[in-house]
Amino acid sequence: MPATSSRLDQTALRAQFPTLAQEVGGYPLVYLDNAATSQKPRYVLDVLAAYYEHDNANVHRGIHELSRRATVAFEDARAKLANFIGAADSAELVWTRGTTEAINLVAGSWGQDNLGEGDEILLSSLEHHSNIVPWQLVASRTGARLRYIEMDEQGRLILDDLSELLTERTRMVAISHISNALGTVNPVREIVEQAKKVGALVLVDGAQAVPHRRVDVQELGCDFYAFSGHKMCGPTGSGALWARRSLLESMPPYQGGGEMIRNVGREESTWAEIPHKFEAGTPNIAGAIALGAAADFLDEVGFDAIAEHERELLGYALERLDDLGGVRVYGPTDLNERSGVISFTMGDAHPHDISTILDSKGIAIRAGHHCAQLVMHHFDISATARASFYLYNSRDDVDRLVEGLASVKEIFGPA
Amino acid sequence: MTDAPLISLYQELILEHYRNPRNKGELAEHTAEAHVANPICGDQVTVWIRLDGDRIEEITFDGDGCAISQASVSMMTVLVKGRDRSEAIGLADLFTDMMHGSEEASSDRSLGDLRALQGVSKFPVRIRCALLAFDALRDVLGSGLEADPTGG
Repeated sequence: MPATSSRLDQTALRAQFPTLAQEVGGYPLVYLDNAATSQKPRYVLDVLAAYYEHDNANVHRGIHELSRRATVAFEDARAKLANFIGAADSAELVWTRGTTEAINLVAGSWGQDNLGEGDEILLSSLEHHSNIVPWQLVASRTGARLRYIEMDEQGRLILDDLSELLTERTRMVAISHISNALGTVNPVREIVEQAKKVGALVLVDGAQAVPHRRVDVQELGCDFYAFSGHKMCGPTGSGALWARRSLLESMPPYQGGGEMIRNVGREESTWAEIPHKFEAGTPNIAGAIALGAAADFLDEVGFDAIAEHERELLGYALERLDDLGGVRVYGPTDLNERSGVISFTMGDAHPHDISTILDSKGIAIRAGHHCAQLVMHHFDISATARASFYLYNSRDDVDRLVEGLASVKEIFGPA
Repeated sequence: MTDAPLISLYQELILEHYRNPRNKGELAEHTAEAHVANPICGDQVTVWIRLDGDRIEEITFDGDGCAISQASVSMMTVLVKGRDRSEAIGLADLFTDMMHGSEEASSDRSLGDLRALQGVSKFPVRIRCALLAFDALRDVLGSGLEADPTGG
């Protein structure tokens, strides 16, 4: 049986991910929880270890050789990631713990300074909690209002009434690039275009996009772009916020501490240049450097090949699930409108029971509300099971998933 | 092909309670109610009781969640209805012991249908689901007695 019909050499690729070469419950591991976090290639793990074994020192502080090396590697990684997402200037890339911190940074810094009574923040009901709750927090402090773009029965944003949702009071539109719960790919450029007409800024949550496709922040036309390292073969606790230089320069610091100051006096201090103004304290140096390595790794494989491979797997999986029967798949039916995420339910078999049955066969999926309770409310369900693909998944993985789901049907009976 | 631990986890009796829960729905004339949830997986259970002195005269529940959590709460209501508070708490402790792998507890016939859930103890991440029913029972009885987490 061919592992795949796409361009990726699956066997060689999988061999680079140590975690994939293990058995779980006596079965070879099938890892389909990539929307939660990806596995890490040997190359990234080696860079991480090499930093701690050879170059470990604090950055931007010491005059000694190790500090110089650490600083160079840290700033090289910044330039690499900036380039990776099409930024014009590496000073526009602020390291964060991940997408969540990047959004909190914007809500806390820009939002606190720029939002007032009656101002509006436009979100969508497709958002991850991390692109809802930070805005609720700042709205409650500033008197701003939250409004929502709704979705249709396929989990696609309804843009027909976008011109009514966008008013002269709309200051910020915060939207995911790709939905973590359904895999819907949102028409970000169209939303940006319309938002610009009323002078609103646009923040894009790119956590599910950057790992899977070539992102170009300038082409998207947005003002802020947030993403995580751990979903793109990088370490946990790494990630970044990209923002336009003029915005970062006008925004107040997010946290205070070392690294982010120019001069500290008894009553007042002055701030370092961007991006350092937003990086208080010792950053995740090793994480940033290893994330740079992850970007190199993904570039080496190539996003054209990755996107083609995931799309092929998605198509194959949807076909096999359809053949199996009794599986309700949520999200857009047009493959052009979705990424490699399959959110599904099976009759009265609860997603947690589905996940336990699959786990006992060595198959890892996610079950629950996926930090997207508004999506669950929309479909009037409390949870779904979710299988999500990445570059190392194969048709064999899909076959194992479908076999596992056949067991769910066997245990719970036909839906 | 379905392996033995799974077959034991999803026994017919468990699925039967999941699909045809006993004592489900709000109890109109209740003397106490308690709501518990497992924030990790979203399982929810609400329990209503009517006490006659120390005796559980009526007990009902409502809930949403996996087969294990919903079957166990259905079975729990059947087991404790008509019993004294202290008896019910004793059964809660016995069930908790069974979930933590006690052989003695799992061979104790006083747990009734709940013995069907002993397979859950082989699935550590699901034990919380099975215990939710008794968290609700302890809450609604206001016993304040914590189960011994070591199961000993």
